[in-house]
Amino acid sequence: MSIDWNAFTPWTALAGGVLVGSAASLLVLLNGRIAGISGVLGGLLTPVAGDIAWRVAFILGLLVAPLGVALFSAMPRAQIDAGQGALIAAGFLVGIGARYGSGCPSGHGVCGLSRLSPRSLVATAAFMGAGFVTVFVLRHLLGI
Amino acid sequence: MAVFTSFLAGLVLGLGLIVSGMADPAKVLGFLDLAGAWDPSLAFVMAGAIAVAVVPFAVARRRTVPLLGGQMRLIEARHIDRRLIGGSLVFGIGWGIAGLCPGTSLVILGTGSAAAAVFVLAMLAGMAIFELLERRRRRTLLAC
Repeated sequence: MSIDWNAFTPWTALAGGVLVGSAASLLVLLNGRIAGISGVLGGLLTPVAGDIAWRVAFILGLLVAPLGVALFSAMPRAQIDAGQGALIAAGFLVGIGARYGSGCPSGHGVCGLSRLSPRSLVATAAFMGAGFVTVFVLRHLLGI
Repeated sequence: MAVFTSFLAGLVLGLGLIVSGMADPAKVLGFLDLAGAWDPSLAFVMAGAIAVAVVPFAVARRRTVPLLGGQMRLIEARHIDRRLIGGSLVFGIGWGIAGLCPGTSLVILGTGSAAAAVFVLAMLAGMAIFELLERRRRRTLLAC
C-alpha cells in the first residue's frame, strides 16, 4: 500500500466531516431523526401521512448544497467518470443494497458508528470490504 | 420549524460532502483502491463526523422527545443478520463501481449532472424493487 500524498486532503476531509457530523447531530437532537440518506429517500417511496415534508426538505437541502457553495467559492470537482451502463448497474445495486442493509455510509457509517452500534459497525465493514474488493477487481484484475 | 431544520440538516450535510471532497467520485474510489495509490481522506471525513456526533447521539438516546417536540425515532434494531450483511455487501459492490453513494449522488445531481440523474433513477428503481419484494414477503408471512 502506498499513500497518494498529492490526492490526500486530511484537513478539508476533517472539516467536511465536522459539517456532516453537525448535520447529523442537528437532525437527531431537533427532529429526533437519523440522517441516513437512503432511509430518508426510501421512506418517500411508501409515503405515510405526516412523515413526508421533513424528508422532502432534507433531500432538497442536499440538492441545493452545490448552489450554496457556488455563492462563496468555485465548486470543487464533482464529476462522474463512469459510463452509462456502469451507472445504471451501480445505482441499482446501491439502491437495493442500502435498503436491505438498512443504511448507507451516512446512516451506518456516521450516525450508526456515532451511536456505537455494533450492527452499524458490521454493515460499515461489509460495504467497505465489498467496495475494496470491487475496486481491486475492476482496476487491477480487469484493468477497467 | 421541523421542516426548516430538516432542510438545514440536509444543506449542511451536502456542504460537508462537497467541502470534504467526497462529492468527487474519483476521491471515493481513491479511498477504495487499497492496492493503487491510496487516498485515506474518506477515513478522515468519517472520523471528523463521528467525533462531532458521538456526544449529541448520546444525549439524544437519553431523551424521549426531540428539542422541537414530536417523537424520538432512533433505530432500535440490534440484530445482525443475513439481510444486513448481504444488503451491505451488494451496496459496497455498487459503491465500488461508480464511487457514488446516495448522499453524494444527490449532491452531484444538484449541479445539474445528467450522469447523476441516471444513477439516482437507477437507485430509486433498486429501492422500489426492495419495497415490492418486502410487500410480497410480508404478505407471505401473514399467510403462514
